[in-house]
Amino acid sequence: MKKELKVIGKSARKLDGKERVSGKSIYGHDIQLPNMLYGSILRTKHPHAEIISIDTSKAVSLDGVECIITADDIDVNNISYKRDHPILKKKANCERDEIAAVAARTKEIANKAIDLIEVEYKVLDGIYDPVEALKEGAPRINEFGKGEKQFGNKNIADSFHYEHGDIEHQKSISKVVIKKRYELPRVTHACMATSNITAEFNEMDGRLTLWSSTQVPFLYQRDIAHALKMEPSNIRVIQPIIGGGFGSKLDMHPFEPICALLAKKSRKPVQILFSREEEFILSPTRQPMIIDLTTGADENGKFTFREVEIIKDNGAYTSWGATTPFVMMQTYSSLYQIPACKFDSKAVYTNNPFAGSFRGYGNPQATFSLENNIDLMAEALGMEKAEIRLLNVNYKGEVTGQGLHYRTCGAKSALDTVIDKSKYHKLNNKTNKGRYKRGIGLASMLHVGGGAKIYRSDGCGTTLKLDDYGYLTIVTGSNEIGQGSETVLAMIAMEELGISSEKIRVINTDTDVKPWDVGVHASRTSFVAGNSLLGAIGLLKEKLKSKASELLDVDTDDWVYENGMMRFNENEINIDKVVREIHFGSPHQLCTVNYFYEPPSRFQNKEFKGDVSGNYAFASQAIEVEVDTVTGKVNVLNAHVSQDVGRVLNPIGLQGQMEGGLATGIGYALTEEMIYEDGVLKNPNFHGYKLLTSTDMPDVHFYPIETFDEAGPYGSKGAGEAPLIPTAAAIANAVSDAIGVRIYSLPVTAEKVLRALSEKNKEKEVIVN
Amino acid sequence: MEITFKINGKTITHNVKSSLLLIDLIRDIMKLKGTKPGCLEGECGACSVIIDGKAINSCMYLAINAHGKEIITIEGLRNKDNTLDDVQEKMLEHGAVQCGFCTSGMVMTTKAYSDKCKSEGLVPDREQVKKSLEGNLCRCTGYIKIIDAVVAVNKN
Repeated sequence: MKKELKVIGKSARKLDGKERVSGKSIYGHDIQLPNMLYGSILRTKHPHAEIISIDTSKAVSLDGVECIITADDIDVNNISYKRDHPILKKKANCERDEIAAVAARTKEIANKAIDLIEVEYKVLDGIYDPVEALKEGAPRINEFGKGEKQFGNKNIADSFHYEHGDIEHQKSISKVVIKKRYELPRVTHACMATSNITAEFNEMDGRLTLWSSTQVPFLYQRDIAHALKMEPSNIRVIQPIIGGGFGSKLDMHPFEPICALLAKKSRKPVQILFSREEEFILSPTRQPMIIDLTTGADENGKFTFREVEIIKDNGAYTSWGATTPFVMMQTYSSLYQIPACKFDSKAVYTNNPFAGSFRGYGNPQATFSLENNIDLMAEALGMEKAEIRLLNVNYKGEVTGQGLHYRTCGAKSALDTVIDKSKYHKLNNKTNKGRYKRGIGLASMLHVGGGAKIYRSDGCGTTLKLDDYGYLTIVTGSNEIGQGSETVLAMIAMEELGISSEKIRVINTDTDVKPWDVGVHASRTSFVAGNSLLGAIGLLKEKLKSKASELLDVDTDDWVYENGMMRFNENEINIDKVVREIHFGSPHQLCTVNYFYEPPSRFQNKEFKGDVSGNYAFASQAIEVEVDTVTGKVNVLNAHVSQDVGRVLNPIGLQGQMEGGLATGIGYALTEEMIYEDGVLKNPNFHGYKLLTSTDMPDVHFYPIETFDEAGPYGSKGAGEAPLIPTAAAIANAVSDAIGVRIYSLPVTAEKVLRALSEKNKEKEVIVN
Repeated sequence: MEITFKINGKTITHNVKSSLLLIDLIRDIMKLKGTKPGCLEGECGACSVIIDGKAINSCMYLAINAHGKEIITIEGLRNKDNTLDDVQEKMLEHGAVQCGFCTSGMVMTTKAYSDKCKSEGLVPDREQVKKSLEGNLCRCTGYIKIIDAVVAVNKN
């Protein structure tokens, strides 16, 4: 593999940065179409209630209202991962439930019309605790659920079982066994742009156009088609610039087909924009979980077994959040060496809102539980916490119990680096006197780095067009959601073809135009879209090579592409001249090529075993905190992050992703929590739900590790989720190191810290007395 | 109510309802979409514009209060030769833009702050810069490169 590259590995500016920094980029909120109406949705007043009647007569007669729909007015299919989610409801099962929708001339009229719709409810008792929902006498929560037949309980939405190794034997040779319960809360993406959609239905040809911020346009197209009983190819999905995704836009949500239905009925374009309060209430959360984890180690500290049982609050309907076990299994079975593992996870229906996909996808929760248990095992064995991790660290060539093959593995380098750079040994386990106590914590992570075959195809298509003037257009199936994927694609083209960035365009916003891609998730985009582009460039070079050879009368395959020229020894020619000669001379062709790249990963078998990704990313974090024992507040001082990224493609882009992920991880650890009471969200706003601000960020030290994996573009691996996966675990371990008590749930709030300290002091008093 | 104000260098008169928010005047009536609606509760700063030299949240400001004032939005931030303002240039140089939704607000807050620092002869340290950005939320970047950019702006 070539180590010295011209463009790759050097920081590049965001490709369309100039537009984004001048307010010129068009987001979903900025779209305006002629005759456009504004949609508004009536949601249930009660999380659990029968709807006795809906009277829309007053709303219909309000001047400016153009149409109203309820469940009785529409002929549609259920949506969501298990198709258990009706679009408009006849029964309210959670706070979010949509009962009616209005399209009107202005936002104000639409909102007023909503208030004029009269609904008669019969309020029912709700179930807000998954443990309650599992009981014999609990009522059935979702009428479309197939729990009894498939999982043995009417309120189980989904269930996963995994195991590898001889767990009984491993238990018998364990010197220490730690069993703990961990509780993970609901947090939300809080994208700076709230959810949005604009829909236009052309009744003359039956085509629906949606301007949507989806992260998965082709799956979305298929899902909307199924929901609305339409042909998928009659639906055109156009993606405006997206103001943050982080996984929130992997599911299709009711407001989207609702907007399409309003557009169809009113025969005008309709736009729905969420207020921030609606966004908090409606946007899918990170999957909340109760994790019971038992882990063992032998007398030398070698890990022996892990046994984990998870109850997930599925909420009222089943979304992609229910599949977080796919990722969690990887962590429990393959993070650090582990001979035996047993994993059981149940997603239980409740009358709470459902979770969705959120950057990390179950891995932050799994890692939190695992890394806390590892600290506890080290303590029980009297071992150093760094030492026990290094003893069990994953290695190059390892094939894990789940069948993950670590052809390259930077796990040990990453761990060694953060231990060294953070001066871990100096800071860990220090006796802290006084009000402010400092501590340092370690955590590592594993995640897929080369896509993840969870759908029939994990591929991405690219169409390349090199025009008569030497301008390159990359039409890629993949999407930019702010993570910088377009910039990386442009860098690859610059590296391979010697074309400058001013002459490169990336188009990826229209399903009518771009080839298929499964979507932005699983940290896959640079890997899959990058490899797809490289394949297309290869085909392009075939055309260019043979013509250039002919024009310059040389016989070679060894062309150098630089500064818009093709060069072989002293022979050189402008690349655009070659294109024109192919076009206007023989063979009379355009320099347009297509390439579809399917990653080499394999589907897992029925037991969830198999090499699911093209490569794997590893990372470690060492985080230093200071705890104020009077207020309980935890301050993050320093974060040392080391990540095996295969190869750094765009240094400044990678750092930005790392810093952003870390910030989200710190929020998950310390400040963010959605507070529900009987199914109702109590803090649906920024002053109640605390995001980190500029003054909250610690000093961040980043050490990327390059392992040059053959599978990825230039040796790279996916990097987007890794920075937030071990963060909460490292911070929790640091807090425990600082104050000598451990907190087993997130967020680690000041109240929890103070309570833990006072309980610890009470114990001391008892001993003293 | 009739109001007259200057926006991006141009004097404008409009007839508006007294309940109209400035952000809605800017986006819906004047069609300047660069100013973004983040929360409409004055918490996130995405809607920041500059009024008489001070950065304010346009979602918490009544349009009628703009009467007689001078407003600058992101669209008005451009050098005479059409190149990017130094704040915008530094944001790009330091990799401070990811999805970009918070960017207009970050830029306007920074523009007002750095103009104020310049007029007071102050070169703020990193902590002061962090504090100046406290009213602007971002979910993509973790703030660090934004802070780097603002420090660089104020060094000039």
